[in-house]
Amino acid sequence: MTDLPPSYPGQKKLGLVIDLDICVGCHACATACKEWNTGGHMAPLPDFNAYGDDAWGVWFNRIHSFEDGEGESACTVHFPKSCLHCDEPACVTVCPTGASYKRAEDGIVLVNESLCIGCKLCSWACPYGAREFDADAGVMKKCTLCIDRIYNANLAPEERQPACVMVCPTKARFFGDLGDPNSAVSELVATRGGADLMPELGYRPVNKYLPPRRGRMRAEDRAPAPLTALVAEAQRESDAAHPLLRWVDRLLSR
Amino acid sequence: MHPALSIVFFTTASGAGFALLLLLGLAVPLGLLPESSGFGFLALATAFVLTAAGLVSSAFHLGHPERAWRAFSQWRSSWLSREGVMSVVTFVPAAIFAIGWIFFGVTDGVIGLFGVLAAICAAVTIACTGMIYASLKPIHQWHNRWVVPNYFTLGLMAGFLLLDLLIRFWTVRPVWTPLLALLTVLAAWWTKEAYWRFIDTTSAPSTVAGATALGSRGRVRMLESPHTQDNYLLQEMGFRIARKHKTRLRLIARIAGFVLPALLSLIALLGSGMTAAIAAALAVLSAALGLVVERWLFFAEAKHTVTLYYGADAV
Repeated sequence: MTDLPPSYPGQKKLGLVIDLDICVGCHACATACKEWNTGGHMAPLPDFNAYGDDAWGVWFNRIHSFEDGEGESACTVHFPKSCLHCDEPACVTVCPTGASYKRAEDGIVLVNESLCIGCKLCSWACPYGAREFDADAGVMKKCTLCIDRIYNANLAPEERQPACVMVCPTKARFFGDLGDPNSAVSELVATRGGADLMPELGYRPVNKYLPPRRGRMRAEDRAPAPLTALVAEAQRESDAAHPLLRWVDRLLSR
Repeated sequence: MHPALSIVFFTTASGAGFALLLLLGLAVPLGLLPESSGFGFLALATAFVLTAAGLVSSAFHLGHPERAWRAFSQWRSSWLSREGVMSVVTFVPAAIFAIGWIFFGVTDGVIGLFGVLAAICAAVTIACTGMIYASLKPIHQWHNRWVVPNYFTLGLMAGFLLLDLLIRFWTVRPVWTPLLALLTVLAAWWTKEAYWRFIDTTSAPSTVAGATALGSRGRVRMLESPHTQDNYLLQEMGFRIARKHKTRLRLIARIAGFVLPALLSLIALLGSGMTAAIAAALAVLSAALGLVVERWLFFAEAKHTVTLYYGADAV
């Protein structure tokens, strides 16, 4: 049923916390995601015209890059985006067949491929562009939060987390229960002011984004003082001196 | 949004078909239309063919058309499912009404009640079609109060223009059908202009800053796209139409969809015989072209919030 499961206090809400201050935009999470999931629960993630001019394919995780601010105080931010496993996922409620569903036990939003008719309405209903159509299979695909890793008894306990979190070389991604206010991820969100994306739409995403820290040095503070002084001195000399004197100066300075 | 021709055709054809069924179901039991079973066959067959062709066309849009029947299951939450259910449910009273009228020549009593029931179901179906779009929050140009009235008035306009053409095979000088055709064309024109004014003067509350939870340092803008080629998201939801083309296409929709049908309906109202019949036929053809262009624009002008992640400043 595409009705949402009833919510109750203390409900488990598995999701990701992404630290925009730390992410270096290496795309390792996107690559690891593609690698795991093309053999995982929603496999395969097809690519089309992979070696041609118009290569495209299905990815569950994409790394955008933005600039925040102008000039020297501007900040480059790498922005990984995947399914936010919303509390009010309209992608689920618009589904006419019951293929899309939100799990009551952990809040993960999934697609039952054998029920999907490929009408694409769920991808229209998602404000974040989390769902991508598999034109080969004729069904919609999406991030599973690596449901086949996090509950996988064949993996070592420390590996039971999403592939994107496992691979991140800068530890900019965290996985946990955001429904539990005392969990490590919830405390991180509280400390760092983790934010929802497009909260005005009311989808109440579970995944949170930690904003870049403030108080970074501005560009003018960063230039080493001695070098600045040297540059200024050279400037003064070159401004004042006659070309002939400058030549003499250089000659004598040898 | 990408204007898929199958959906453009589906919404215009089934909208016109259901609206014609609505008019027949209400007007025939009241004795306002010819009761001849020949007229009943022609008019109802037109309505059935249009709605059925539209529904079949919509199936071509699916990745798995053979599973389309599953779409009847989630009527509790999904407007698409509700529309699917209602479009099929409508055929039940409509079929009883058609059998009674065409084969037994009965248009009142119980058969008339089934006509009214079919009309109500047809109206609900049109509303459901509009709500599929109006319920989508990420698309400002769809998620607004003008979309459902647009679908209604545009459908009714097509229905009345068709009715005024079909009735001329039986009546030399109908009075109320060309008059109401003219009035619904004007009403549809007004709601479409109001819709265009709304989308031209407003934009979604969502911004790229809100979409990225950034903006504390100033303006947020895209530096690099995640991929160098288009992906599904950009093919499906990143459709962009040039301002120049938009203006021209709106002009075509205005003239073919409203100005010409209004003038031709006026000729059909004032004239008689062949002149009026030709005017009514031309009104239908012109409106069909105008509605297809209008519906194409309805998709092409719609901007999805996902484009905020790909360089759009506002949607």
